[in-house]
Amino acid sequence: MPKVLENVQIAPEVFRLVVEVPRIARKRRAGQFVVVRANEESERIPLTIAGASPEEGTITLIIQRVGASTAEIVSHEAGSELKDVAGPLGHPTELLEKGLAVCVGGGIGVAPILPIAAALRERGVRVISIIGARTRDLLILEDAVRAVSDEVIVTTDDGSIGRKAVVTEPLKELLEREKVDAVYAVGPVVMMKFVAAATRPFAVKTIVSLNPIMVDGTGMCGGCRVTVAGKTKFVCVDGPEFDGHQVDFEGLMKRLATYRDAEAQGKLHIEHEHGVCLIGRKQG
Amino acid sequence: MREQAPEERVKNFNEVPAGYSDQEAVAEAARCLGCKKPMCVEGCPVQVQIPRFIAAIRAGDFLEAVKVLRETNTLPAVCGRVCPQETQCEIKCILGKKSEPVAIGRLERFAADFERTRKIVYPEIKPNGRKAAIVGSGPAGLTCAGDLAKLGFEVHVFEALHEVGGVLVYGIPEFRLPKAIVKAEVDYLKHLGVRFHLDEVVGRSVTVQELFDEGYEAIFVGTGAGLPNFLGVPGENLLGIYSANEYLTRVNLMKAYKFPQYHTPILKGDRVIVLGGGNVAMDSARTALRLGGKDVRVVYRRSRDEMPARREEVHHAEQEGVRFDFLSAPLEFIGDDKGWVRAARFQRMELGEPDASGRRRPVPIAGSEYSLDVDAVVVAVGNSPHPLIGQTTENLKQGRHGNIEADQTGATSIPGLFAGGDIVTGAATVIEAMGAGKRAAAAMADYVLKRG
Repeated sequence: MPKVLENVQIAPEVFRLVVEVPRIARKRRAGQFVVVRANEESERIPLTIAGASPEEGTITLIIQRVGASTAEIVSHEAGSELKDVAGPLGHPTELLEKGLAVCVGGGIGVAPILPIAAALRERGVRVISIIGARTRDLLILEDAVRAVSDEVIVTTDDGSIGRKAVVTEPLKELLEREKVDAVYAVGPVVMMKFVAAATRPFAVKTIVSLNPIMVDGTGMCGGCRVTVAGKTKFVCVDGPEFDGHQVDFEGLMKRLATYRDAEAQGKLHIEHEHGVCLIGRKQG
Repeated sequence: MREQAPEERVKNFNEVPAGYSDQEAVAEAARCLGCKKPMCVEGCPVQVQIPRFIAAIRAGDFLEAVKVLRETNTLPAVCGRVCPQETQCEIKCILGKKSEPVAIGRLERFAADFERTRKIVYPEIKPNGRKAAIVGSGPAGLTCAGDLAKLGFEVHVFEALHEVGGVLVYGIPEFRLPKAIVKAEVDYLKHLGVRFHLDEVVGRSVTVQELFDEGYEAIFVGTGAGLPNFLGVPGENLLGIYSANEYLTRVNLMKAYKFPQYHTPILKGDRVIVLGGGNVAMDSARTALRLGGKDVRVVYRRSRDEMPARREEVHHAEQEGVRFDFLSAPLEFIGDDKGWVRAARFQRMELGEPDASGRRRPVPIAGSEYSLDVDAVVVAVGNSPHPLIGQTTENLKQGRHGNIEADQTGATSIPGLFAGGDIVTGAATVIEAMGAGKRAAAAMADYVLKRG
């Protein structure tokens, strides 16, 4: 069973875990995820691989504690073992070859955007990262993002650090003044929806990473299905990344709410919309 | 055979048939004529030596009966429960011409279950120092693994999920195939030296080519038909609509029927509609009843005669209160403003000319639309071969439907790579997968040992 080597809290309700899974660490590419089951009775849930060390055989997971499943995982102290970690799953990110990429991360979404920015930078793409959170305390991984970006714009809803704005405001300004070749956006569904809407008039390729409920994560149940360009796709095997201008975000938001009542019945405490920070926005 | 009463068993996930007592088994075995030319053996996809194991039961030597079974069948307790014996061996029994055929399936189950009550003696195996890999731990992979292990190979099974068994654990419900039985069969394989690696998604965590590079001289792919088919009708992505794979995986593998003790939830609707006519549809409907469904209906576009489900499964479902709507197909699903499915619209069918499967094709009757209110829908209209191995293995010849092409020994277009079961044939049965696993094991052993 995979061993947890490190477990550090990096923000309120946000934890960084380093897990020893040599096969996964060696094969993993940016954009891929793992499915984790903490204990025997736990759910299987998907978590993006935020980083990996093939030499040490480890992967890094950044996890926001929002309910029973995430709480069970983050309660695994260093030295303990998780029941199951399977991966790497999903298609790796389709990376720009050259030019300028804007990486937009919202809330816990900064964790999955980090490996994408790193991979782009590694192949010589110019990377401007926009990272946002509700407030200063909830902004994560700023230093790590700076290390792999040519420029970083920080936004917070309350202006406690960086610019008082939502991520789409500096994004629009960038799109006006620069030739942007691609935008990568990961965050709450409503944020990705607004980013895609913002880039549409500029006709800039916009790639989003979706976060539906999953059970197996290997393509055999269809629980993660989403509509893209009018066709049904399985996020776990056709994604997790898709063209943001083709995704039915409304449908995804609805499907994410499927087990609200069950979660209440199971006496789970939900603070955010099933795993993602809303950055002060209500569901639209 | 004694069975749990329908009113009782819809409240639990326990098995339906109680199994034979020793006396009942001996009495049934005594009916077998011990034919010189046993037609029943011809009907069995793995050629179980039926008259010999039945003779052993008649003589009261139950352990000998298991020994005979295990000569050809790696998973006897599984087959004794899920094989469609009535269309394979029992239908060939000559007693069946004038009266009831010998109850071969029940006797097989009896012998296999008996073994679990005793200390098992495992065969002595001499290792031959060669390695083989199995991808997928469903019935095809398990059978292939067992046969190769008995021949002395070092066998490693790679399974994507967190439990061994494939469809035996995620697809077939507890009340048809208790998971303790699958575990016992797997433990037997572990005692033969087979090694299992869970959470290994071949094609992602390691590719087939990399397995060859790691020193596996022959590889068997038994990844199954794990890709759910949807109908493609409007509204199919509304909340409350499941593929049968998801529905059954949540309940069987993730034990959602024990929620909240087990944390994976499942929607428990009063009015549940299951679309389809195969064993998976029966399993889904009977599961919906056990989850508290008050009005559970199977809607099938052809008539009763064309249903592919086992007669016994349909019979059990009807006894338990599942309703059947024949000659009906869905047009669309209608949801509320939160995206929950609330109703389904159907159109009535009549049977026309036969299609490619040989069954009469359903033809819509104009103006026959009607609606049903619904809380949950399970789409059980079949599964397609799982695409991952095909997508991640170069030079692997595949068919139009994503199945891996293999000859009757299981050999694929890549030397050393074999395949069998649903990944080759499309969705079929456990016993056919086992037959394919057996044939492939023999061919793989031949291939490796010829290389010197």
